[in-house]
Amino acid sequence: MTGADDTGKTPLKLLPAGEAALLVELGDAIDPDLNEAVHRLDAAINRAAPEGLVETVPTYRSILVNFDPTRTTEAALADAITSLNAETSEASGAELRRWFVPVRFGGEHGEDLNAVAERARLTPEEVVDLHCAAEYRVYMLGFSPGFAYLGGLPEALHQPRRENPRSVTPAGSFMQGGAQAALSPVAMPSGWHLIGKTPLRLFDPGRSQPFLLAPGDRVRLVSVTMADYDRMAGQPGLLPESEAIG
Amino acid sequence: MSGALEVVAAGPGSTLQDRGRFGHQRFGVSTAGAADPLLLAASNALVGNEAYEGAIEFTLVGDTYEVAAESCRIAVAGESYLTIDGQPHLSWTSHRLTRGQRFRLGALASGARGYLAVAGGFDAAPVLGSVSTHLRSGLGGFSGRRLAPGDRLPLKLAEAPQEPERTLDPRRILARTDVLRVVLGPQQSHFTDAGLATFLESEFTVTAEADRMGYRLDGPAVEHAGGFNIISDGIPLGAIQVPGTGRPIVLLADRQTTGGYPKIACLIAPDVAALSQFRPGAKLRFRAVSVEEGTDAHRVFAELIGNLPALVETAIPGGILDSERLLSLNLIDGMVLAGPPAGPDR
Repeated sequence: MTGADDTGKTPLKLLPAGEAALLVELGDAIDPDLNEAVHRLDAAINRAAPEGLVETVPTYRSILVNFDPTRTTEAALADAITSLNAETSEASGAELRRWFVPVRFGGEHGEDLNAVAERARLTPEEVVDLHCAAEYRVYMLGFSPGFAYLGGLPEALHQPRRENPRSVTPAGSFMQGGAQAALSPVAMPSGWHLIGKTPLRLFDPGRSQPFLLAPGDRVRLVSVTMADYDRMAGQPGLLPESEAIG
Repeated sequence: MSGALEVVAAGPGSTLQDRGRFGHQRFGVSTAGAADPLLLAASNALVGNEAYEGAIEFTLVGDTYEVAAESCRIAVAGESYLTIDGQPHLSWTSHRLTRGQRFRLGALASGARGYLAVAGGFDAAPVLGSVSTHLRSGLGGFSGRRLAPGDRLPLKLAEAPQEPERTLDPRRILARTDVLRVVLGPQQSHFTDAGLATFLESEFTVTAEADRMGYRLDGPAVEHAGGFNIISDGIPLGAIQVPGTGRPIVLLADRQTTGGYPKIACLIAPDVAALSQFRPGAKLRFRAVSVEEGTDAHRVFAELIGNLPALVETAIPGGILDSERLLSLNLIDGMVLAGPPAGPDR
């Protein structure tokens, strides 16, 4: 849980990040409630769009607010954000979605599944069941385009990262490392364990909606057969099912 | 048929860059964009473009091109040894070229990055609102990569009108300094008082690991107060992170959007541009300024960029200035300019 004052509001820490950015810290932990507060305030800032705002980068427990110093000052922006935080209520959340992402687990698409199962003293099927029963939260996107850090990995699956990072993990990988999981739409080096792969394109710069997962969204994994994987992979425009979160 | 520039030989690090890709950092997309926006804007001003039209940013040495258009007008910002059909010509001046002419952007006499602008601009498809190339994710530019021999760079204009050429005296806009201004924070509390003193009072050297993503510096280790990991958060342009080695890394245009090392301070934007012109081996120091002082300097820098078109003059062919500068270019090709040029603070 995060600290809160008498009004139930998360006290903000406003820290300078150069002359063109302000770091808004809401806490110092990886915590679902804290992250929820981050996305609520981030949505409020972007809705209010104070003069000079360039873009925000919401993360686990903070928001980096980039601004144009020729159009505003750090002090003016800090005031605007402090007021927004006071006004923001539980009800004024962002428009978040729950995505149902098809994943082919194990085999050539999830080379580390068996090793992860062995370390957890589970069968590979039980590991897949745990992943599919979990509701993952997109804590933040970062590192590379569309790379989604997912919180909510079942405790039975927490284990250290690989001793030898892979120089390339394929696009679409579903991975786990430490207490977290991740979906990576682009190929990249990684020390996380490869568990599976989605046939869908979570990032496509040429699409009207280039990114599907947004910070704060939820992800449910759906295990698919190899035949389903191949069929879906053959439909480049195919999008995962999703629903609005109330 | 629209024209193009054909790459005959490519420099080691030539990419198309505009102001950068904004609005998608929340999705993990780096901004990229010109490492030195002042020089990007200067190259564009010389050919009558908007300040942040996409131009070719080259590193240390540029490329050789052949004109595959009826005509085009080019200009180079940066002290590059420019030759057209083998003859030396001035950088910081526009030149009208016709089909089949070849030009070469030679080694920079000073600085690390130069810009080649073409009147009307390069015809590249914007990706997420920008033509800037981001090499690590393969986004933007021409196929998301560095220029290579054989590349055909389409131009927006098929020809360039006959008109007087334009020139800009770089001494009016550049003032080099080895003291770079920072605003302390956001995580200076992760460092001991001794660590902060080391950071602000020591001389650092640019290492060979210096590219568009970041500059690793060598010098005395900056001491952390506790651990050197934080919960990953957003990284602003110019952020100076200090990993476990204690050696600072300054993060530039191609930086990752988020990271988990504490940031002791952030360079202000004008000095990020200045640093991007430093070469490996260059020495530098940091000076802490207030947010207000940083804001003022940022505004002066933005005004200078906005004012570039007014600083551009009509070139007088064969004028005294021309001869002097050509002569000096011939003498200093491959060497570093000595002495601080006059001009507004950058």
